[in-house]
Parts: sequence; C-alpha cells; structure tokens
Amino acid sequence: MITYIIKRLIQAVFILLLLTFIVYGVMRFVPGDPLLMYLGATDIQALSPEALDQARQELGLDQGILVQYFKWLGNVFQGDWGKSFHFKADVLLLISQRMPVTIYLGVLAFFFSSTIGISLGIIAAVRRGKWADTVATLAANTAITIPIFWLGIIMILIFGVSLGWLPIAGFTSPFDDFWLSTKKLIMPVICLMIGSMGSNARLTRTSMLEVIRQDYIRTAWSKGLKERVIILKHALKNSLIPVITVMGLQVRFIFGGAVLIEQVFAIPGMGRLLVDATFGKDYMVVQGCVLVIGIIVVLTNLIVDISYGWLDPRVRYD
Amino acid sequence: MALLTVENLKTYFHTDFGLVKAVDGVSYEINEKEIIGIVGESGCGKSVSQLSTLQLITSPPGQIVDGKVIFEGRDLLQFSANGSEMRSIRGGQIAIIFQEPMTSLNPTLSVFQQIGEMLELHLKMDKEMQRKHSIELLKQVGIPDAERRIDDYPHQFSGGMRQRVMIAMALSCNPKILIADEPTTAVDVTTQAQLLALMQNLVNQYNTSLIIVTHNLGVVARYAERIYVMYAGRIVESGTCDDIFNQPKHPYTIGLLKCVPRLDEAEGTKLVPIEGLPPNLINMPSTCAFLPRCPYSIDKCREEVWPPLKRVNGQYVSCYVDTRR
Repeated sequence: MITYIIKRLIQAVFILLLLTFIVYGVMRFVPGDPLLMYLGATDIQALSPEALDQARQELGLDQGILVQYFKWLGNVFQGDWGKSFHFKADVLLLISQRMPVTIYLGVLAFFFSSTIGISLGIIAAVRRGKWADTVATLAANTAITIPIFWLGIIMILIFGVSLGWLPIAGFTSPFDDFWLSTKKLIMPVICLMIGSMGSNARLTRTSMLEVIRQDYIRTAWSKGLKERVIILKHALKNSLIPVITVMGLQVRFIFGGAVLIEQVFAIPGMGRLLVDATFGKDYMVVQGCVLVIGIIVVLTNLIVDISYGWLDPRVRYD
Repeated sequence: MALLTVENLKTYFHTDFGLVKAVDGVSYEINEKEIIGIVGESGCGKSVSQLSTLQLITSPPGQIVDGKVIFEGRDLLQFSANGSEMRSIRGGQIAIIFQEPMTSLNPTLSVFQQIGEMLELHLKMDKEMQRKHSIELLKQVGIPDAERRIDDYPHQFSGGMRQRVMIAMALSCNPKILIADEPTTAVDVTTQAQLLALMQNLVNQYNTSLIIVTHNLGVVARYAERIYVMYAGRIVESGTCDDIFNQPKHPYTIGLLKCVPRLDEAEGTKLVPIEGLPPNLINMPSTCAFLPRCPYSIDKCREEVWPPLKRVNGQYVSCYVDTRR
C-alpha cells in the first residue's frame, strides 16, 4: 500500500511536469505581449525600445522558452513561484489568498453533489417505478442538462434581483459573517454542484439496481435484516464503486466550473484569478494556478484509487 | 402436529410473455428434527416454493396468490412481507442456504460482519459475544484457523469453504428449520459429500429440521427421511425415502430413477433418459404436465385435468395410471 502510494506520487510529479510544460508553451504562442500589462501601458508604440528591453530583462523574457521554464521550475522547488506582472506581487501569495475561497466553494459543491446525488439515486432505485423514482430521475436528468452559467444568471435574476432574497455577487469569509457568507454562497454552490449531483444520482440508481438483484442481497433479506440495513450496509458500499470513480472526475469539473461561476458571481477565487491572468498574459500566475489545480486533481485521483480498497476488499495494490 | 405445514401454495410470476405458474398448489410438511428432500429438475418450482415460505419472492414480478404456511400455529403468509414478524422468523426461526456460495456472500463485508449481524439481530449479542460465537461456529463447520479467518472476506475462501461459512451463518441463531436450496450443486463431488455430512451432523446436534432442495436423487437418498417429487410447479409424488426408491409410482419418478446409475444393476445396463423437454410454464394446459413425455399415458390423462394427489400404499401420487401393472 505504502509502495503503491509512493509509486503514484512519483508518477504524479511527471504528470505535473508535463502539464506545466504544456501550459508554459501554449501561453507563449497566444498573441499579445505581457509587457503592456507589466508597464501599465495601452500602446506599445508609445514606449521607448530601451524601456521595453529593460522590462524584458527584469522579467527574464529575453531568454529562450526552455531556459525560462527550467528557471521557473527551479524556483518553484525553492518556494519562489515568480511574480505577477499585473499585481506586482508574489504568485504564491496571490494564490494563497484566493485558494481558500475556491476550495471552500468546491468542497461545499462536492459535498452536496455527493450526498444529495447519492441519496436521490438510492431513493430512485429502492422505489423503482414509483413516483419517487420518477421525480428523482426527472430531477437528475434536468440537473445534468442545465448549462450552469445560464442557471447562474437566471437565479441572480429571480432570487437576487426580483425577489431580493439573496445577494447577487461577492464573497464573505464564513469566519467573518457566517450567515452572510452562506447567503452569498447558496447560488454559486447550487450552480457548481448541480451537474455532478445529477450524474451521481443517475449512476447510483443504475448501480444500486444492479446490486439489489444480486444473490448476496437475497441472502441479506433471508437473514431477517431491515430494508434500511440491507440498502445502507449491504447494497450501498457495493454500488458506490462506480460512483466513486466518477466523483473523482467531478473534482475537475468543479474546478472548471469555478472558473465560470466565480466570473458570474464576482467571487475573488482562483478561478477568477486564472481567467484574469490568462487574458492579461500574466504567465507566472497562470503557471502557478495550473500547478495548484494539477496537484489537487492528481491527489484526488489518488484518493479515489485508495478508496476503492476501502470499498472493495478484493482490490489489491500490487 | 408438524412443525411447518405448507398448504396449497401458489406463486405466480407475471412476465411479459404471460403468467408463469411457478408453484401451483404445493403442499408439504416437515416435523421436528426431520430431514426431507424436495426433488425435481431445474425450473420445476422447488426453489420458488422455498423462497415463498419466507416471502422472499421479488414482487413484482412474483406474487404469492394463495396458500398457507403454518409455522408453530401461525400462518407466515399473513405477515407483511418485510414486517418485523416476518423478519424475526427469517434467519431466527427458519434459515436458508443458497445454491451459489460464490455470490451468496457479500463481497464487501468480512465473514465476521456477516455472521455477527445475525447474532446481534436475533440473539442480541454484544460485539465480544458475537466474535466468540462466530469463531465457535466457524470451528464447528470445519474452517481451520477460525480465529484469524473470521476477519477475512469471502473472496479469500474457496467455494466449499464459502458454503461452510453460509452453513455457519444459517445455523448461527439456532433456527428450527434449515432450508438448503441446492446447497451442493456448485461445488465439486468430494466437497458435496463433506458438506452434506456436515449439515446432517449439525442439524442432529442442534435438533434442527432440514429441507434439502435438490435435483440430485443421490443426495436425498442418503440423507432424507421423506421425499417430495416436484414437476412443473406441483408435487407429483411423495413418500418415505425407501418407498420412493423401491416402489416409485409416478411415471416421472420412475423415469428419474431409471436415469440414475445403480450399483445393484447388472453390468452393461443402459441408463434410460426421460424423453422430451420439461414443459413451458407459460399457459400450461389443464391436463397432466407430464403427459407429453409419459410412456404410461392412457386416454383418461388426455381428457381429464391434472389429478390431485391420492394415497396409494402410504405414498401420495398424482396419476391416473396404476404404474405397478
């Protein structure tokens, strides 16, 4: 098990190297010059060539791409993630300010998409063909097909503008004002979790239906157990195996969705930072964000693989 | 009075192709400490009749449409299918062992979790007692190194060992009746003999009655005191083991015995298979279901409905023909 984790972590390092390298390369081929941003100018013609050269040197942009990449890499290992051209601040500092916001949002979305989704799936499977199944399945299918940016805007219009129940934008730390923070997060979290919730519900339903007609479930009934125990103890663990795989993939979608949703709700998280940095050609910030998201995705995949072993004792890690 | 009396049990399945009368008016009984055999070919309704007594039929499509299952004076079919009364009978009073040891145990729970939950449910044991008792049970069914293996998962056991675990689980709450639904079909022949001997020993020790459901006449010949022969959802003959084997009266039973090799037969005697196929249970005719395959049939068989069981010299036979002649 320990050997397995170490092996996977070594693999992860290579995946991250490849990822950051590709992003580094792609950013350089995108048209536009970061110097404009750095110098706060709108017209490159207005600047003297000397000033431009000096700025290039300061930023290290005069060197080859490979040299720049490995320099960046070497610095990252020493804890120096570079400086933002735009904010003129340490990338690591910027990320550490924005990261908790996105993680909080993501964890909430992940938590609710899993719990609500799996519960809906269980109800639909156990009451197959009854009205509860119809309602749950309909809800799940609707949830999957809704485009989240549209949902975000419609919710803002209804609950924010027309009814005035919820604040339409911004973020407040739950440590400062828990109630206000929650109110501000309701809509973004719904947007972020709804798609994953739908697919979790559908997958759990299918998987559960498959499991409850297995012989060992009949055995469980023959023991005299209650339906609740049979579903939650005997059937659920078995039917979660495929669901966990998809839940691992959803972490990615939640981060991808955060990019969109943080724009819609003006939340100062990492998604927004990444978008701004990409448009502003703020190379170092983009690199930093990609690295952090990469680490999170690789780690969640590892956690998923480890959790198979907890769910299914037949899984071996060698 | 018998410990368990099943009267006129009817279990039908509503399928897309029509109504399947899987069990159509089956009656049998079992006394305390008795071992009975229910014999028949695949699809004759023997398993469904057993699942019906515990209301373990999946509904829909299955439905118990008629009959009584009297256990200790109470009709089990009057209880709601998953209500507390029915559940206290299942596993606690009447336990069942299934055919497939490979799939009948939950792959994600350890053997201890699976036996322990029954002890907790029916005998209200605490964790420590559950553990002690489970280890004891595993030892009784002949699992070596039980203290360690109790925490293993089903996939770490062989098929025969898993069936031993199933037996341990079924007997864990000291039930009055053990139903063994083709308990040895999926294991090899030597293991079969060991498992049957083990079951016989244990039911004697615990004073449990045993219902062996099988298609294997050899199994019932050795262990059962009385035998019920089923065909197409009905019991066609019943009697003591000796009577059935020495003087079979129903043409189906006679056919079955002719296709089993016997040591007392002259060398070179050929086994005679039963011609034809078992009937399709959808839209069955009202005449005897064995008629198309029956070498003894007379005109009356074609004209009248399937005859009820009638007593012939201590046996019960459902046939118009006196096959002794």
